[in-house]
Formats: sequence, C-alpha cells, structure tokens
Amino acid sequence: MKVFNVLKPGLFTTVQDLGRYGYLKYGIPISGAMDTFSLVAANLLVENNSNDACLEITLFGPELQALTKTQIAITGGAISPKINGQNVSTWQTLEVQEGDVISFGKMEGGCRAYLSIRGGINTPLVLGSRATYVRSGFGGINGRQLKTGDIIEGFDRPPLKVGYSMSEHLVPQFTGQFKVHVILGPQADMFTERGINTFLSSPYEVTLEADRMGYRLEGSIIEHKAKADIISDALLPGAIQVPKNGKPIIIMRDAQTTGGYPKIGVAIIPDVSLLGQAKPNDIIKFSKITMSEARKKLFEYYKLLNNLRRILLKK
Amino acid sequence: MKSELYTPARYLPFGDHALLIEFGDIISLEVNGKVIALNEAILKAEIQGVEELIPTYRSLLIRYNPLKTTYGQLVFHIKDIEKTLIESTIEVEIRKITIPVVYGGEYGPDLTYVAKFHGLSEEQVVKLHSEREYRVYMIGFVAGFPYLGEVPDEIATPRLETPRLKVLAGSVGIAEKQTGIYPCEAPGGWRIIGRTPLKLFNPLQQPPALLKPGDDVKFKPISEKEFKAIEETVLKGIYLPFSEA
Repeated sequence: MKVFNVLKPGLFTTVQDLGRYGYLKYGIPISGAMDTFSLVAANLLVENNSNDACLEITLFGPELQALTKTQIAITGGAISPKINGQNVSTWQTLEVQEGDVISFGKMEGGCRAYLSIRGGINTPLVLGSRATYVRSGFGGINGRQLKTGDIIEGFDRPPLKVGYSMSEHLVPQFTGQFKVHVILGPQADMFTERGINTFLSSPYEVTLEADRMGYRLEGSIIEHKAKADIISDALLPGAIQVPKNGKPIIIMRDAQTTGGYPKIGVAIIPDVSLLGQAKPNDIIKFSKITMSEARKKLFEYYKLLNNLRRILLKK
Repeated sequence: MKSELYTPARYLPFGDHALLIEFGDIISLEVNGKVIALNEAILKAEIQGVEELIPTYRSLLIRYNPLKTTYGQLVFHIKDIEKTLIESTIEVEIRKITIPVVYGGEYGPDLTYVAKFHGLSEEQVVKLHSEREYRVYMIGFVAGFPYLGEVPDEIATPRLETPRLKVLAGSVGIAEKQTGIYPCEAPGGWRIIGRTPLKLFNPLQQPPALLKPGDDVKFKPISEKEFKAIEETVLKGIYLPFSEA
C-alpha cells in the first residue's frame, strides 16, 4: 500500500526499527533507531508493534505527500511538524487525509524525530530487520537515505477508532545537556587514576563528527597509562573509546563492530537511547554507576517501555 | 618462550548487558585458538540469556539479555566451561576454504610495490602469499571483511600512506602482517595484491558472510580467464567454495 510520496527527503531520513540482532560476528552492526524510546512511543501511538519500522528524521525534516488516508505519530526531538502548513502536535495520533502534505520546522530540541504510520512501513526484511544500514547499503529503502520521488509503502491495517497521546510527564525534554551513566571498563585499567577522574568530572562537547556511527567528543584530555592501542576487539553501541589524543569517541548504532582503542567505559542502555538525541555542540557529562545500580535503572526503563501502551491517554 | 596467554583469562564487564573475556593482547594462533574453543563450547552449552557471541583476535564478547541472566551468573557458568576446556581440549571443527585470486596487474595494483619493497619478484610474493593457510581471526571494518593472519615477514608491508577512496569488491590486501579481503567497494589503505571473483558478503543470504572467525583460508592463484569463469558461476549462485577444501 502506497502511503507517502517523498517531495523532499530532508537532511538524512532513513527507515529504522529496533535493529538487526545476531550478526555482529559477521561485521554487521545492530543499526535501528538511535533513540529507541521515541521509536517505540511513535509506534504505540498508532497501535503498532514496538518493533515496526518508522522514518528517522535528522535535524531537518522531509516533505511528504499522503497518497492515502492514514494515521501517524511524530515523536523524538522537537521539530514542529505541520500538516498543510498548520502546526500539529507531537507525541500523539494524527489523522492524515489523501493529498495532505506533512512538513517540518526547525529542530528546537534534540536531533532526531520519528514518524510512524499506522501498520508500520513496509520494506523488505533484511536479516530480520528493516533498519537501514547505509555503509553497506542494505535495509530500508535500497539501503540508503530517502530521496525525492521515493514512495513509502505501508501495511494495510484497519484505521484506529481512537487516538492517543502521551502524558506530558513522560515526554522527554532534550536540553542539549546529557548526563550519561557508564559502567567503567572493560579496559579502564589502561588509564591513569587522573585520566579516569578527568573523564568523570569534565564536560565533553559533541563535535561536528557525529553521526549514526558515533560521536567524537571535545574536552579535557584523558590520560592513558602507557599505550593507547589494543589488539582490536568487539564494540557495542554505548562503548566509549579513547584513542591516543585522549578525546573520547562514543560508539553508536551503525559503528563498525570492532575497534582498536581501549574502552574506558560503556554507557547503560537507557542512556544510549537518550544519546540518540545528541547533536554537535551539545554537552555530555559522564558519571560512574555500579552494575547493580545499572541493573535497577535498566529494569525501570524496560518496565516503562512495557507499560507504555497501557498508560497512553485516549483522545 | 613465554606464553602470551592471560592465565587466567580476564573476565570484564562491558556495560549493562555484555561480558568480555580477554585471553591476551596479541595476535597469535594460541590466543585466538582459546577464543574459538570457548566460543564453540558456549554455543554448545546453550546458556540461558546468552544472545550473541562475537569472537575477535584475542577476546570473546558475550551479549546477554539482562532480564534472563546476570553478569555474576554468566561469569560463574562460563568459568566452569573454561575449566573443562583446560582439562580436556575439545575438537573444534575448522572449515577450510580456498579463495581463488588473480594476482597483480589491474587486479592487484600494489603487487609491484610489495615486490620492490622487499626486493622480491612478483612471482615470489604470490608464492609466499598463497602457500600458507590463514586463520580468520575476526570479521570487522565493514560487513563481511575477514582479518586473516599472518603473512610471512618477507611480504609484510605497511599500509598506503594515503588510503584509496575506492577499493573494488573482492580485492585482497596486505597491511603489515595481516591480509584481508574487501567484501564490497570501500575506501581503504591496504596494499592490494590481487582480487577474487568470490562474493564474501550477501545480506540476502543466510549466513550473510562467506567466512566466519575460526575458519582456515588458503589463496589459490588463478588466471584472468579462470576469474571470469568462476565469476559467472558465482553470479548464477552455483559456485561451491568449500568443495575443493
């Protein structure tokens, strides 16, 4: 079912779901939505499955013309969406009529927005996922970002009888300041005590070298004990590598699956989702968390995701 | 010779949902052998909550589901498995794969440089590169890229000072003592000495990559004519890379 015609693609718009799991040993990254929470919320607001594919919009949104009547939701960064030029709300179900044009204003908070359509976006499953992985050119729409003239296909599902919205206190606010909890290691012992203290006490700024693969940060130099190289080993999103120059690099969802710099720490899952909203010039502060504290936070996060469907407000 | 193995192996937390086991910080068959053996043993044990294993040169990363297990439980369980491996060496079945390669010319634009760098003839470089077996230490860099080791010192060559913006799919390269194969067109700094008609990566197939960590690979010099013939059978999907092993 044809749902949208892409009039303008936006800066970097891709199809993403929750990601492609189980192929890291073949060098295939997890990919999927950078901000997991917002993708799940966008799906639940149109009664989709949590893992259905959405559009991930980066900083400047696309312009889309509806080819059918449908329902959508827009979540994530504050990007002031419009239907036929009229402002509409984020974090709630929206009705779209055939011929309507969806456009976006300036991203005022955060970096990425998610647009779900009722039934989910229909692209071929590649290794069990619809997530676009641009570097190897597969997933989503022909393994690339959207371009003008693309047709977004959806699944045919009966329209919703009621709409939903998310209560205000659950809507995340992206201020450009991020507090990120890390579990130190696996190679924290390659840094001096001073190096670890610097890492945990100094603010770091996201540089222009920030994309779906990872973020290079600027800030106080983290001191290694001796060498700053390891024989390459595996990476996961959230891993924080520190190369010889002492400036941390946060690994994100499209990063290569192995790396040769020591990892001082790894951000916890809920904070990796939050980091999906970081953009150049934003400030990140790292704080240490124990394994058991991290486990508590993770359980709270999973509980929220599990309960989200139930606690949405009916309109 | 002093062993390069960490004894005991280092068990390290990797965030809130993974465990890293390091066996050393060196490229060696001994260290990688431990990684591959533990990888196989954990797969066989079908441990509750283990989602994915990522073997590399010298470590094994275990991604787990924190709802189904804890870091502590996993360490306990896997140390047990590691102990049985020390007491009895399990037989890990090693796949052997032959990779046909046209060396030199437009297929391997850096073969001349590698030969000159070491004062060898191109034929000698080809012979040295293709006469030994290489272990697939890990897959990384881009999807399906195998890191193979190690080439003889006589042909170990530093990377290009300025990486190429475009290396063709199938290109076989050398970087210091490592050799590898580009599964798709990509930028890269390895010295390209040849090219294979085989497809190393296809996301529409299961498994998506031709090679996996722990495989043994041998290169076989072929002519341009053979390259074209194999390329055709590969495109038709009827080439069997394991048959001549």
